[in-house]
Amino acid sequence: MTTRFFGAPVKRNEDRKLLTGQAMFIDDVELPGLLHAAFLRSQVAHARIRSIDVSEALKRPGVVAVYTANDLGDYWRPGPLLVSPPPIPGIVFNERTHVPLAKDFVRCAGEPLAIVVAESRYLAEDALDDIFVDLDILPAVVDVEKALQKGTAHVHADLGSNVAAHVHQTKGDYAKAAAKAHLTLKRRFRYEHGISSPIETRGVVAQWDARAEHMTVWDTTQAPVFVRNLLAGALGLGEGQVRVIAPFVGGGFGPKILMLYPEEATLPWIAMRLKRPIKWIEDRFEHFVATTHERGQIHDAEIALDRDGRILGVKDVFLHDNGAYNPYGLTVPINSQCTMLGPYVIPAYDSTFTSVFTNLTIVTPYRGAGRQHGVFVIERLLDLAAHELGIDPTEIRRHNLIPPDAFPYQNEIIYQDFAPLQYDSGNYEPVLDRALEMIGHKTFINEEQPKLRAQGRCVGIGIACYVEGTGIGPYEGAKVQVRANGKVSVATGIGTQGQGHFTSFAQIVADQLGVKVTDVDIVTGDTDRFYWGAGTFASRGAVVAGNAVNEASLAVRKKALKLASDAFECAEEDLVLADGSVSITGIPEKFISLGELVLRANPMRGAVQPGTEPGLESTQYFGPASGTTANGVHAVIVEVDPSTYDMKILKYVVVHDCGTVINPLILAGQIHGGVAQGIGNAFYEKLAFDEHGQLLNASLADYLLPTALEIPRMELDHATTPSPLNPLGIKGAGEAGAIPVGPLIAQAIEDALQLKRKKVELLEIPLSPSRVFELIREGDKR
Amino acid sequence: MKPAPFRYVRASSLDHALSLKAEYGDEARFLAGGQSLIPSMNFRLARPSVLIDINGLSELASIGRSERQVRLGALTRYAALERDGDFLSACPLFADALPHIAHPQIRNRGTIGGNLSHADPASELPAVSLALKARMKLRSVRGERELEASDFFVGLLTTDLQDDEMLAEIAIPLPSGPTGGCFMEVARRQGDFALAGVAAIVSLDAEGSCTDVRLTCCGVGDTPVDVSATAVSLIGTRCSAHAIDAVRAEVQRTISPAGNVHASADYQRHVAGVLAARALRTAYERARNGN
Amino acid sequence: MATERHDVELSVNGVAYRRSVEARMLLSDFLRHELHLAGTHVGCEHGVCGACTVLLDGAAVRSCLMFAVQTDGCAVSTIEGLASSDGELSPIQTAMHEHHGLQCGYCTPGILMTMTAFLRDKPDPTEQEVREALSGNLCRCTGYQNIVDAMMAAARAIRAAAP
Repeated sequence: MTTRFFGAPVKRNEDRKLLTGQAMFIDDVELPGLLHAAFLRSQVAHARIRSIDVSEALKRPGVVAVYTANDLGDYWRPGPLLVSPPPIPGIVFNERTHVPLAKDFVRCAGEPLAIVVAESRYLAEDALDDIFVDLDILPAVVDVEKALQKGTAHVHADLGSNVAAHVHQTKGDYAKAAAKAHLTLKRRFRYEHGISSPIETRGVVAQWDARAEHMTVWDTTQAPVFVRNLLAGALGLGEGQVRVIAPFVGGGFGPKILMLYPEEATLPWIAMRLKRPIKWIEDRFEHFVATTHERGQIHDAEIALDRDGRILGVKDVFLHDNGAYNPYGLTVPINSQCTMLGPYVIPAYDSTFTSVFTNLTIVTPYRGAGRQHGVFVIERLLDLAAHELGIDPTEIRRHNLIPPDAFPYQNEIIYQDFAPLQYDSGNYEPVLDRALEMIGHKTFINEEQPKLRAQGRCVGIGIACYVEGTGIGPYEGAKVQVRANGKVSVATGIGTQGQGHFTSFAQIVADQLGVKVTDVDIVTGDTDRFYWGAGTFASRGAVVAGNAVNEASLAVRKKALKLASDAFECAEEDLVLADGSVSITGIPEKFISLGELVLRANPMRGAVQPGTEPGLESTQYFGPASGTTANGVHAVIVEVDPSTYDMKILKYVVVHDCGTVINPLILAGQIHGGVAQGIGNAFYEKLAFDEHGQLLNASLADYLLPTALEIPRMELDHATTPSPLNPLGIKGAGEAGAIPVGPLIAQAIEDALQLKRKKVELLEIPLSPSRVFELIREGDKR
Repeated sequence: MKPAPFRYVRASSLDHALSLKAEYGDEARFLAGGQSLIPSMNFRLARPSVLIDINGLSELASIGRSERQVRLGALTRYAALERDGDFLSACPLFADALPHIAHPQIRNRGTIGGNLSHADPASELPAVSLALKARMKLRSVRGERELEASDFFVGLLTTDLQDDEMLAEIAIPLPSGPTGGCFMEVARRQGDFALAGVAAIVSLDAEGSCTDVRLTCCGVGDTPVDVSATAVSLIGTRCSAHAIDAVRAEVQRTISPAGNVHASADYQRHVAGVLAARALRTAYERARNGN
Repeated sequence: MATERHDVELSVNGVAYRRSVEARMLLSDFLRHELHLAGTHVGCEHGVCGACTVLLDGAAVRSCLMFAVQTDGCAVSTIEGLASSDGELSPIQTAMHEHHGLQCGYCTPGILMTMTAFLRDKPDPTEQEVREALSGNLCRCTGYQNIVDAMMAAARAIRAAAP
């Protein structure tokens, strides 16, 4: 296969539609007779529901129906557990999945209590005021440490505690390692991730055709096939009777997967009852509580090292804020647990976590999915150890990197894909060296920093390393079909939220079939167009669906060559497939177009031979045996105002290895976006809850997403260690940018303000000018 | 986030607007730029029964200049102020403050009258108008009255506007001798509400000695806070760094910020002092250099 | 009172419309659901994200912070009006495509309208000025870098094409 497009910075097929306002997003779906839903959500985090009186709301003109949990009858039930706990010995897991509407108890602010259906969203919101809810307010569980104390309230009364899960994983023998250590260092770390806050919120439109007995659901989900399967099951329909369409989705980042959100579960049920289509669009205020979060962990972590700074072992005990329900199992804390090992040789590891129920919104993966927390701990431990041992922070990392001949590298503990954590390939030291070179590490430390410091400017540098497990199974599939006009149609089961699938997948097809990228149209996210699949999450789209597309394209290529060789009566090796035709090598005037081959493949007479199929199409699946491991290094130079403690990023470098790259333009975009979210997480975004579980800053005026003035220009470079786990050698890249930014910024601010001299350590994320000020003051008082 | 229903009337004249306001009292709100009102209506925090749209009253949008004062019609949009070079030269505090107000899209609609009537204590222009000793002209069917800025801002999001009154005009006295003004703020992102902001005006005599200082803060109280008294020690001096630093400390001792989700009270206190020093230094330099 | 309707006559992208609307209908909803010009997107309904930005008589404004009734007699420009009638993309649209300035595309309409007005008023901006002009439009996908590059390139293209 000649690679013309694979690896090239091809501009995107999908852009024109988006740039001219013609792309269909969920709220663009208009149907005759469309009704609108508004959800009454609890303002209170924890309560027993005494009664909900909707009678006044029903009287309001324009209101068609109002539903509470009791109205759902048998349809009301806790949702499925989406991800079982991995098979870890001794695991404790208390399954408590969420419900479509609160019944008997409310367990977090934002939990839906009732649904109003009206002729317009405006009218539906008016009617929300007419609903009277009688609640017995209960103490809210908000703090993960207090949640485990005796006498505290229980989020799930029947459980007798707030323990959602308890997991202990080990590798080697930490106690032995610590006994031999020259230095052991222990600290408490707090890492809070935030909310995904895509610019488009969620939405669902459901349409029931009673005569055809067919349900169509438009949904901003990242996993349309799962939603289709679950809805069909819940509604008592065959899977073929339900079509789920994920249209253009304005950013996913993780939380647009939850099967099923209350709105996804209830709107189709309502559509069947009212026999009118119904739409719900989440407003921004709702989004803060109604879409899942990723929040905080508290780690008590310890590292044992020898005199040269080689890691002998790490021990960590952490608490994870799970939120009120745990439908997503343990993906986030397991990722934290596993990713803490990083790119380093850590012979002994002892990690325990307790996932804690709180009266707050459910926690599910958000770009990074818990990896941030683990990376923060190990990177900060290494910085602290470097300082204690008098070793340069970049050198301590270098000493401990897994060497290039150690792959596949076994980390033994169980990962989110249920298999022992294994890094398939990687070569870490050159990535570190390149990052140091690009940031100008030597020159900065030896020349620029001293010079600027002499001028009274506070500038500092940070380096952080990480690995990222990507591209996990179970599988994805793709159907590639050449059409009679010579263009190619592709369908796959995942959805798209901006990652450029319409282009990157087309590049794969274009190379295999010798067509133009613009002659390949991709359909994603429509369960009628492709039946099977999992979804976009865990940085797996390119790896898994991309490889499925490749397999299907390969199969089609073989068919085309076979058909052509039959037609020309020559050997397949003598043929070349390019520019939309198959021709004999060296005799370009002897060619058959792909379109013609399609017609030949579906003859009006003759026979389609046994063992073959009509048409020039193929459906193939790809399921990787395990996830593949990408890695990277970020480096930053910052300046901090010594009076206001505000931070400005002067230079930002990313060197990244995600194996073979399909489209470097798209890849760079993913990294830029990830870093921007990482910077937001590190220094700007913070969910502020009060002790009653109320979110105090539920607006974009007070939940601070970074703008073009906060995000710097980034310089990128790439290394490539192809993955041996898939034919294309691809590793995932979607989350990478977001993962190491927390420890990077903490390290750089510490350096800029020379905090080590004041014995002030930045052991928490998010930071802010005010928080840095407070930590320095606390240090001064000590 | 759709607003609750309301009756909408487009005012055909100022008298029409005022008589409607007199009729409906606090049930009615004036719709000018709407950049504070409409978000609060979309959140359903504000639910006026009547909106009186005054955007057509072009006589209320004006920038007038005389020897002694600048008169701004309340309906003057921030963007119009930003485009008026003469105005910005005459009122450098506005030149400093305007770019901090949200973003250009907001400034294309928002008005100074709306901003001052809304009286958000973290907003820049209330502190600026307090520093300038601006006079507010309030109108109603009952007539007209004028208020000093210090009497206009009475509490959190509260002014002395009576239920039937409209802020119609803001009069800004112009300084006589050499004067320099400077506004600075600290916010998390450009355009956000200030965590603390300071407006400083330093007046000098012909010899360059300080004759008067105006110093106000935003973001550190329920209203803009006048801390001019802390700078009395600068009068008669040449505003040395040491003297200014003493004022900084006095400002920090005087104010009582409450803290918020973005900053602790102590951080606000600290930064207000830092800004006071920086703003006074710059105001003094500008006065020395003839602005 | 709630159902009282008001006549509004406005032009959108040069096309005249006359409608009767409830006072509280936001301009963003009016454009999207009354006029079926769904290219203008809604992200927050409190004026912060900028996705809903349109031009009102040439000035960039948040359509979520205006009522449709307020636009009587006005000329509104939206994303649908940027390309020429034969489909040729504007320099800004072209530059965004060339520089991969969009991923999910949801914030893009607001950015295109904001920057169309900005580059019209400031044809030769520095990168810092471009970033300031962009700071009122939130993007969660791109990290802004490619958008900035696109706008600098668009500015060059517009200047080069100017008579």
